[in-house]
Amino acid sequence: MKQENLCINEMNLNFLSKSANESFARATISAFIAQLDPTIDEITDIKTAISEAVTNCITHAYKSEIGVIYINCKIFENGKILIKIRDKGIGIKDIAQAMEPLFTTGGSERAGLGFAVMKSFMDKLRVSSKVNKGTTVLMEKSIIRRNITSVK
Amino acid sequence: MGINLEFFDNKLTAKISGEIDHHSAADFRQQIDNFINKKKPEEIILDFNEVSFMDTSGIGFIMGRFKTAYNLGIKLKVINIPKKLERLVKLSGIKNLGILE
Ligand SMILES: Nc1ncnc2c1ncn2[C@@H]1O[C@H](COP(=O)(O)OP(=O)(O)O)[C@@H](O)[C@H]1O
Ligand SMILES: [Mg+2]
Repeated sequence: MKQENLCINEMNLNFLSKSANESFARATISAFIAQLDPTIDEITDIKTAISEAVTNCITHAYKSEIGVIYINCKIFENGKILIKIRDKGIGIKDIAQAMEPLFTTGGSERAGLGFAVMKSFMDKLRVSSKVNKGTTVLMEKSIIRRNITSVK
Repeated sequence: MGINLEFFDNKLTAKISGEIDHHSAADFRQQIDNFINKKKPEEIILDFNEVSFMDTSGIGFIMGRFKTAYNLGIKLKVINIPKKLERLVKLSGIKNLGILE
């Protein structure tokens, strides 16, 4: 039987762009998707990708101010996870250049590999941005369903 | 979770435990760099055995200490990188620096 691509749960999380919230954000989303019963490796991949996107909001989008970071997470019957991380910060002028491995505007302590990690650790990555309006990062990953009954 | 610095035989060993992200790396960086400036060790060993999570801020942290050490003529090694960080480390290309053990 074909599995329906049905959204079975959704959450929203808004918080200030303070670096102490990096661990809060990845731990919270991990706890939410735990109901799909992912493996440790799947959780690690998703946690790392979230950490990259949230850190980018803090270090780049809101580099000289404190703003709000908006996360929306949806999980689907078939094991798909959709995570949207949005800011209203400075935006990105050239997205293709920003996504190139090793490109950074962040100085010597930044590796320029955040987008490379999001792309490789997730199944899909889409970035949209407008200068002075903000940036939205959309990431998708399907995990293998083993325990479908855990969400009702 | 944190950083533990040991100085013996002119060698600085920094044992890091817990999660390395942009937030925690800033603290680890400050503590190590302060120590380097004060004691001028001959060698720095970063021990990652107890690191439970790391993102690319950890890669930037390693590269930053590598540059600092290199500029001061100090030898730097990174030891005991856990298996679960292997994908990130591989993707980053820091193996080419020749400092991983
Ligand atoms: N949310 C964002 N808002 C503004 N600029 C961003 C954002 N995310 C990424 N960028 C830009 O893209 C570049 C590359 O990001 P990334 O691959 O994560 O590397 P890093 O964060 O180490 O610089 C950043 O240096 C920055 O210029
Ligand atoms: Mg980044």
